[in-house]
Amino acid sequence: MGEYNKRVMAVASGGGHWDELMLLRPTLEQYNVQYVTTDTALAQQHGITAAERLPDCNRNKLFRALYCGVRAVWIVLKHRPHVVISTGAAPGFMCLLFGRMLGARTLWIDSVANGEELSMCGKLSMTVAHQCWVQWEDLAMGNSSHYRGAVL
Amino acid sequence: MILVTVGMQLGFDRLIEAMDRLAPDLDTAVIAQTGKGRYVPRNMEAHEKIEPARFEPMVKSAEVIVSHAGIGSVLTAARYAKPIVLLPRRASLNEHRNDHQMATVRKLEGRPGILIAQDESELAERIREAQALGEAPQQQAPSIQQLHNALADFIEGRIL
Repeated sequence: MGEYNKRVMAVASGGGHWDELMLLRPTLEQYNVQYVTTDTALAQQHGITAAERLPDCNRNKLFRALYCGVRAVWIVLKHRPHVVISTGAAPGFMCLLFGRMLGARTLWIDSVANGEELSMCGKLSMTVAHQCWVQWEDLAMGNSSHYRGAVL
Repeated sequence: MILVTVGMQLGFDRLIEAMDRLAPDLDTAVIAQTGKGRYVPRNMEAHEKIEPARFEPMVKSAEVIVSHAGIGSVLTAARYAKPIVLLPRRASLNEHRNDHQMATVRKLEGRPGILIAQDESELAERIREAQALGEAPQQQAPSIQQLHNALADFIEGRIL
């Protein structure tokens, strides 16, 4: 049984990233988990009504990314998680970045969709997050990314 | 019923057109989620988008899923223990920004319930094979249990 007083922030964009996060739900819900997503309607379909919403963003849209960053800071400050995990994509990375700056332990789980190469955020997370996990054994690289199982 | 899906982000006319041509010869209805494609199907029921609340029951009642090689589709099919036929998008045909779906199918090839069509000419054959599989009891992969354990270890500070 987990420690319910541990505040865990679990972040994923809508689509495949969210599907992967939902597969980890049985473990996440042993803790005091706060979900964050770009698609709160999708979260509601999984019965999650208290998810925080982040705007979707990527590196090609600067202003959107800035807005997403501001929201991410606000959400992390509001919930003060002990642990932040994300299965992607860029909005989740922002929560990891600000989570780490504010003292949380941070974990990036690169999508199982990336079979040959880590995502851009995955590569950045090797230096930004405490841990970066890949879901294909041959993508693990020494001390910077690890294979510790996969959703498939 | 055979359910065709191209995911939420991009159209995938090559798959939709091929399935529309095959539909009259299949012994079951075909329903397609087409995304923003240009091709207008004539032989199958088509919707640009299908909301998740409607999509999930469709997956449940489908016999076979035919899909682009998106991980969301693979996970959905696995959740309902449905055989899935994957046609990867190709960057050279402007179907995606890179060839990661080619990589995905290379990795997934040979897994129970997952059949790969390298191009549209292989679809009919793979669909027949998938139909012959029927509904397999879902196996919990040991790899996901490993991931659950590792995640708990991380959250509780046993992995730093």
